[in-house]
Amino acid sequence: MLDVAIRKQLDHFELDVSFQAHDEIIVLAGSSGAGKTTILQAIAGLAEPDSGTITLNEKRFFDGKKNSLPARSRNIGYLFQEYALFPHMTVERNIHYGIHKQKTVATGFIIEQLLTVLGISHLLNKYPHQISGGEKQRVALARALAAEPDLLLLDEPLSALDEETREECQDELLRLHELWKIPFLIVTHSRSEAEKLGDRVLHLKKGLIVNESRGTMKEIPVH
Amino acid sequence: MDLSPLLLSVKVAVISTAIVFVLGVFLAHLFAKRQFFGKSIFESLFLLPLVLPPTVVGFGLLILLGKKGWIGSWLLETFDIQIVFTWTAAVIASVVVSFPLMYQSAAAAFDSLDNKLGDAARTMGASEWRVFRTITFPLAWPGLLAGLVLSFARGLGEFGATLMLAGYIPGKTDTIPMAIYFAVEAGKMEKATFWVVIITALGFSTILWLNWWSKRNLRRFASEKR
Repeated sequence: MLDVAIRKQLDHFELDVSFQAHDEIIVLAGSSGAGKTTILQAIAGLAEPDSGTITLNEKRFFDGKKNSLPARSRNIGYLFQEYALFPHMTVERNIHYGIHKQKTVATGFIIEQLLTVLGISHLLNKYPHQISGGEKQRVALARALAAEPDLLLLDEPLSALDEETREECQDELLRLHELWKIPFLIVTHSRSEAEKLGDRVLHLKKGLIVNESRGTMKEIPVH
Repeated sequence: MDLSPLLLSVKVAVISTAIVFVLGVFLAHLFAKRQFFGKSIFESLFLLPLVLPPTVVGFGLLILLGKKGWIGSWLLETFDIQIVFTWTAAVIASVVVSFPLMYQSAAAAFDSLDNKLGDAARTMGASEWRVFRTITFPLAWPGLLAGLVLSFARGLGEFGATLMLAGYIPGKTDTIPMAIYFAVEAGKMEKATFWVVIITALGFSTILWLNWWSKRNLRRFASEKR
């Protein structure tokens, strides 16, 4: 379970949020500049809150003191806005980047499964600039999940895609969540996307959670 | 024809470029994307040799490393090492004048990198050293290589500071620019012309190769650049 209670002074307001997430999809919704990405960065260890606590399955990431757990030790998958694929590495090397040296049979199986579910096996030898936006998104998802994270953070995962690809990818996200059974935390500014993906939707305004609703349109696609 | 100026010039330029590369990459990476009090002062100091006349750089180095200089006298007394009038002095002069070129190129290369790439690597468990080795360095390489080549060319052509610190001792500190100057002074125009042709060809082919290489390699990442 993810347990977040943090405060952080931003440029124009103070971010002050607390929430918990079980193995469900939580959507952080709100207009841009509401502090959504900062929350993800704080959980991932890429930004330090001013005070508060962050724990994931009893593992303490941050407790308000200086020695917070570094990003590399948190075992979190992070899907960046615009994906941040390494441009000088092939798709295969991108996906394998987070995997520890002693590759086990289980890891191999997980990667195989990811490649199949996401339909990207044929892209392994390509470079990121040689594949389409939707393919990049899938590769980034595979990369984030290949290291078997305990939590997946997704920052506007679908905003760079066209309508049709977006719908496909929404379905894929739901399917992957069914398979993975870890908390997914998705940031989006799209209301319909929030409703379609989220088990719970937290609405953010100027650093505060102003409303919480349940996703109404969520149904898991059968394949 | 005695070819020792060519060998010496290349030796001095290669060694000084190696030193400048390590130093420039280290400092530029340390300073990149960090803001702290005094950063501008440090950076201005780093770039100073670029705008000062080489004679001023040479003068400064003499004050520091000369037999009676602050560091020079200590080296002489403690280790019996003399720097002035040796090829080491030529290396030091080259390092100081070419460092700004390396630092500038490296700083620009590191600054233009997308922070998210390093962050992505960190979330996947990469240590800072691994991030540098596998992400930062390879992506900054075109810029670093430009700095490397410019520093090499600058080191090869260094004259003013070298003359003041290393002097002109045939067979010991006579780099190509030095050989040209003293050949002209002695009225040996043929010898001077020979070295002019050699050093121009060296400089030209270096820059030509760099341009060709960077065009070929930048295209690979071109569509990924923002």
